[in-house]
Amino acid sequence: MGIKAFYFCSQNDKTINIMADYTQMWTDLGLDHDNHNALLDNLGKAYQSIFMAQDNRPEGMSYFDFVMSEAHGLRIQELRDEQKAGRKIIGSFCVFVPEEIILAAGCTAVGLCAGADFAQEEVEKVLPRNTCSLIKSFFGFKLGKVCPYMEVSDMIVGENTCDGKKKSFEIFKDMVPNFYQMDLPQTKTPMARHMLKQEYKSFVEKLEEMTGKSISTEALKQGIATVNAKRQALRRLSMLRAANPAPISGLDALLINQIAFLDNPVRFTEKVNALCDELELLVKESKGAKTAKAPRVLISGCPMAIPNWKIPTIIESTGAVIVGEESCIGERGQRNLTDDSADNLNGLMDSITDRYLKIDCAVFTPNQERINHIKEMKQQYNADGVIHYGLQFCQPYIMESFSVEKELEKQDISVLRLETDYSQEDMGQLSTRVEAFVEIIK
Amino acid sequence: MKLAGIDIGSRSIELVVLENGHVIHSKQANSGYNPIERVKELTSDISFDKIMATGYGRGIVEVAFDYPTVTEIKAYGAGATALFPEVRSVLDIGGQDTKVISINEKGKVIKFEMNDKCAAGTGKFLEMMATTLGFKLATLGPTALEGTEGIEINSMCAVFAESEVTSLLAKGCLRNDIALAIHQSVCRRAVGMIRRQNISTPLMFAGGVANNSCMVHLLQKELGERIIIPEKPDFVGAHGAAILAGLS
Repeated sequence: MGIKAFYFCSQNDKTINIMADYTQMWTDLGLDHDNHNALLDNLGKAYQSIFMAQDNRPEGMSYFDFVMSEAHGLRIQELRDEQKAGRKIIGSFCVFVPEEIILAAGCTAVGLCAGADFAQEEVEKVLPRNTCSLIKSFFGFKLGKVCPYMEVSDMIVGENTCDGKKKSFEIFKDMVPNFYQMDLPQTKTPMARHMLKQEYKSFVEKLEEMTGKSISTEALKQGIATVNAKRQALRRLSMLRAANPAPISGLDALLINQIAFLDNPVRFTEKVNALCDELELLVKESKGAKTAKAPRVLISGCPMAIPNWKIPTIIESTGAVIVGEESCIGERGQRNLTDDSADNLNGLMDSITDRYLKIDCAVFTPNQERINHIKEMKQQYNADGVIHYGLQFCQPYIMESFSVEKELEKQDISVLRLETDYSQEDMGQLSTRVEAFVEIIK
Repeated sequence: MKLAGIDIGSRSIELVVLENGHVIHSKQANSGYNPIERVKELTSDISFDKIMATGYGRGIVEVAFDYPTVTEIKAYGAGATALFPEVRSVLDIGGQDTKVISINEKGKVIKFEMNDKCAAGTGKFLEMMATTLGFKLATLGPTALEGTEGIEINSMCAVFAESEVTSLLAKGCLRNDIALAIHQSVCRRAVGMIRRQNISTPLMFAGGVANNSCMVHLLQKELGERIIIPEKPDFVGAHGAAILAGLS
């Protein structure tokens, strides 16, 4: 079988090879070797042509390149070592599942949100073709047996956000050994808040049952501190992108935000802060990943899960730079800190509930805060225009895109609404529209 | 200074050469399956100081001949204003694309909208329907104008519409009437796009389909206001590209 994992050159032109043979580990996880190798091969080629081909990448990106090269290797090994030491791995799809609680329970959180088409024929046996690509993707990863994160998870949490997710979980729950469905409110009324808190309390109980330990106030405070530190590091990164020239490309920033869902939170936070130290110096010297003349774009809408790099690649190929993501894998998901001042569990659960209820995902109604945040981000990051990204069949975001466009245009902000899937068939059409939009905002 | 603009479309390639703002050369060829050869032929007997490429195939010539490029949206904006300075919006129905563009007094694009992924409601649709009805594309417009109203074609998809047309023919409907219904379909779609955008008039109707007299008639009727039709509607993109070559 041999070693089959992707390798590529760091910006110092040192080839990073995977030193260990993970074949046994992948066999133990039940991965399909042919499918998995094909996936890694494609991923490696895509990474090379999209990320490694960029100019003026910060030195600090070499850590994240390394994480990517070992995403199916070393990181999975780390998670299995944690399991051997008694930690449970909890997979989830959505930013509404509190990492604070998972950490407080002595578990590790991993994100399973998926960004590539796989095993489509198999998927279409169980799901309608007209389903959002994100959902079809995680089904494809499961049915194709190519995702070690999914296979290593001791429990997978699915959240009732949109109709697509909600109904797909009815089918998905029978495909995995331990599935937990979390309900979410659709509004932000006091009753909705009460419901979310109850759901979070049930989640605490479930984790306590799984681990055989109860969650203490101290542990929850520590969990909050860890996740807050991660959010603060990501916030620091976002703020640095307001500079002109932008010190880092949108592609690299998106990658960092995607890796936030996979990596060890403490180590990740440290590396993001180290990168930010470097970016601060670049900003002082007015150096950047792009020139000061590069048109600046804010992208807003559906999350771009790893390895979905389709739209940012098209946008940055025009010479434009993406200066922010109003998206769950991005600022919307990381925006607020959890208040850790309470000294009892109930108070901390209140803070957690309050913090998560602030997320302005389109599954909530009404959702005026989101439009306000888009306008704020446009100002804050000095964007020249906004590109709204909606996944085909995503009713919440596509429907909201109409009001987003209308309200932003009232303030003379140029908006381009895109609706697409994970396929390559509309690359030409998307490129023309994006290029024409960049010509307008230049 | 001689400025050349070349618009490499899905069906045809147009070349325009300007000197002091006047068109001194304009030529068209079918794109065929080897647009690079067509481009070589078109440019073989002319001279120019600067060139700009646009259209669906601009990427190919950017690589093959190192021509700078702009999107056809920007090119149509510049071309429309150059030909008729009072124009504030452009409807371009081409071979596979429909666009509605809003421009300012300088010809700069403010906003645009394009058709979705597939070529429904574009020149391709009319071409396929012409074949189904047994008409030549060049005479489809005048033939449709002779038709009587009353039939409605529901599909914009050429595949589904072909089935509809076959059923109508089997029922004994006249080809002229069906041809009119098809044009009304395309017109409805274009007008829908125009109305969604809140355009300013006057509107220019350009692109290959603007050569079709029935489409012109129907749009004029539906929009009520005066529509500007340039003498050579398929050359607006190349004309605009030539103007932009001068500004680069």
